[in-house]
Amino acid sequence: MSVTADDVRRIARLARIAEPEDRLDALVGELNGILDWIEQLNEVDVEGVEAMTTPVKFPLPQRTDAVSDGDVRENVLANAPKSDEGFFVVPKSVE
Amino acid sequence: MSELLKLSLDEITTRLSHRDVSSVELSKAALEACQDAQPALNAFTAFDADKTLAMAAASDEKLAKGEGSLIEGAPIAIKDLFAVNGVSTTACSHILDGFKPTYESTITSKLWDAGGVFLCKTSMDEFAMGSSNETAFTGPVSSPWQGENGEKLTPGGSSGGSAAAVAADLCFGATGTDTGGSIRQPAAFTGIVGVKPTYGRTSRWGAVAFASSLDHPGPFAKTVKDSAILLQAMSGHDAKDSTSLPNDVPDFIAACGQSVKGLKIGVPKEYRIDGMPDDIAKVWDQGVEWLKAAGCEIVEISLPHTKYALPAYYIVAPAEASSNLARYDGMRYGLREEGDDLTGVYENTRASGFGEEVQRRIMIGTYVLSAGYYDAYYLRAQKVRTRILQDFDTAFQKVDAILTPSAPSAAFPLGSKSDDPIAMYLNDVFTVTANLAGVPAMSVPAGVDAAGLPLGLQIITRALDEETMFKVGAAVEDAAAFTAKPGKWW
Repeated sequence: MSVTADDVRRIARLARIAEPEDRLDALVGELNGILDWIEQLNEVDVEGVEAMTTPVKFPLPQRTDAVSDGDVRENVLANAPKSDEGFFVVPKSVE
Repeated sequence: MSELLKLSLDEITTRLSHRDVSSVELSKAALEACQDAQPALNAFTAFDADKTLAMAAASDEKLAKGEGSLIEGAPIAIKDLFAVNGVSTTACSHILDGFKPTYESTITSKLWDAGGVFLCKTSMDEFAMGSSNETAFTGPVSSPWQGENGEKLTPGGSSGGSAAAVAADLCFGATGTDTGGSIRQPAAFTGIVGVKPTYGRTSRWGAVAFASSLDHPGPFAKTVKDSAILLQAMSGHDAKDSTSLPNDVPDFIAACGQSVKGLKIGVPKEYRIDGMPDDIAKVWDQGVEWLKAAGCEIVEISLPHTKYALPAYYIVAPAEASSNLARYDGMRYGLREEGDDLTGVYENTRASGFGEEVQRRIMIGTYVLSAGYYDAYYLRAQKVRTRILQDFDTAFQKVDAILTPSAPSAAFPLGSKSDDPIAMYLNDVFTVTANLAGVPAMSVPAGVDAAGLPLGLQIITRALDEETMFKVGAAVEDAAAFTAKPGKWW
């Protein structure tokens, strides 16, 4: 499988990265280079093999659904690019 | 004082507890040494001298009362991926410019609880994506080792700053993270010890996430025993990381120096790759002989899916990264670039904030997770990952540890591989399998090549059996008697 400039435009959009038009051709080459190399995985027999998502053999632990931390509004906002009156200031998201 | 900086962590903690030197004096000397080296090595991303000296003074008080902990008073360097309260933490990415966490990562908390003194943050490849420390937004790190004609060499990556700092005797240990080899390869390139423990042995909480199922925090150290001391301090269950293991932490330090007689050591034939430099084959053969002489039984083994580990990794890791790095949207922290609308702000922020390699990996990850491609790429890669784990399970029915080279070459000149992503990825050919399987592995300096550059040997053991890894590591260290050091040019 290989990608085209249109595919790369679509992937960049999905990834929320503004890729300038003049970067697309280079990206097509780079991504196809990597995807071609990855193709060799098709040689592996994975019939009946379970997918591995983690090396941890224990089930995910559960904890009580209780508040364990909080009242740290200043800390939460300390690194905000913009904040005002205890809130994050963000671009308008609902028309 | 500069002579003291050359001591091991084990030696300096003894000096500190005997009050031969104070932690404040030592920390001041280490700070000065780091700052002197910075223009040449570019290994550091942040200092906080007030914090360092306050922690050192607190250690001195404890030491004066005879209440020092495991590494009390020793200055430790921290990869810029670990949150240190109030200190710039950027993962060497422009997108985290100015980020100062208001919390402390579990790994650094544990080190401070054990008496460690914060010395500095160290440079790394951006978001740990790289094998040469050249993708750092703050620029490449130069190894303290130089080429034969004085060329600047990579310290390896992604944890290049930490490796350079330990190799140049600027600190007594450092933290790293290893997602595909990012501790073991730089350790091999700089002639020091690097350990990637069992997945889940060390908490990932407060470490900037790259690929969560593959990220392993671990130490860099001057000796195998030092690495055991640091891992002892860093390990243990953490309720804040759901993948942290509940198992008790064994005595890693006691394992160093224990006899390896009768241990079965596997030598995987698939690691003897085409085009392996003679010097590396030689040091590997020598390692086999050393262990044989120490009473080990050598067994040839097969890890048949080894060649598929890297391509599987370059699906799984970018997939996880594309998901983890979705949080950098310019809203709550870090960089924000303006745009025409909300999506424009996201897209411009991420285009400007992420470097080329990070963008490339996010795009690959987004692609392999996207509708229509998920099964062909991501699911298949996860199944190949199971195959790699099965390879190890089968091998460990026959052997107690596996011995391999740590990297397919010695350190290469800066700039020599940065135009070819796949050539760069191949650096991790020997290390990435242990990340996929989650088993512990370490690199121990074992010799030098014809150009006088360090080469490392890797020891891989069963999950949760770091003790055997340290035993074998210490035996290799003993036999190798590696004493080469870079000449001071910085």
